[in-house]
Amino acid sequence: MDLLHLLNQGLFWFFVVMTVVSAIVVVFSQRVIYSAFALLFTFFGVAALYLFLAADFLAASQVLIYVGGILTLIIFGVFLTAKIYTMDIPQQTHQRYLALLPVVAMLGLLTYGLFTADWKTVTPAAEPTTKDLGQLLLTTYLVPFEVASVLLLAALIGAVRLARPMQEEDRD
Amino acid sequence: MIDQFHVLLGVSAILFILGLLAVMTRRNAVSVLMGVELILNSAALNFVTFSRHTAGNLLGQGAAVFIIILAAAEAAVALAIFLNIFRTFSSANVDQVDQLRG
Repeated sequence: MDLLHLLNQGLFWFFVVMTVVSAIVVVFSQRVIYSAFALLFTFFGVAALYLFLAADFLAASQVLIYVGGILTLIIFGVFLTAKIYTMDIPQQTHQRYLALLPVVAMLGLLTYGLFTADWKTVTPAAEPTTKDLGQLLLTTYLVPFEVASVLLLAALIGAVRLARPMQEEDRD
Repeated sequence: MIDQFHVLLGVSAILFILGLLAVMTRRNAVSVLMGVELILNSAALNFVTFSRHTAGNLLGQGAAVFIIILAAAEAAVALAIFLNIFRTFSSANVDQVDQLRG
């Protein structure tokens, strides 16, 4: 029992560190493609943290949608919006010092809130929540759920329309 | 002993800060999009953490589902726009795109 608890804690901290470190690499690496691959580890880390929060459905959809969908899109984006013959796509930054001001202010605010607020925490038993979440999506969240499906269809059509070459557009 | 709740809120805060930094400092549009994804991930993680540790119900997980849906739609449209920007300006740097009629 104690060993299991220790293993649980160890894995939890491993994923916490993995998420944070890879997110730092995403923001500070010098190559866009390195950022994209570090983002893979951030998404996996967040998916693992969802498992520690008993959100098994969310963990699975995080892996499927973020890693399988969004990250693939981003990597395609990196390759399609760069001159491919210069393989090392440089990563430039601007207004680096100006940006520090709001970022540090925000970090201070969040840290202050985290440690001073009187959180009323409860810890329910860790059980799979997929079934209850499914019922929630088809009762309380039914209208947003249907709107979201229309939104996805609109985004799909819009993205295809936008990504077509300009010349074809003129001929319409 | 520091508990899971505070650690996860801290992770979420750090992801948000890093995403903000990426959005403000990166010049490549795709990197800006990565920053936006970090921010959305941190928001979803926050929702799920509060859902489990303070609310004790699943409403927060429902909100996280919608965040993931919005992120997918946003990434697809944003990348289509970046392709057009790259085609028009031969560059995907956000600070060089300063004309409405290229």
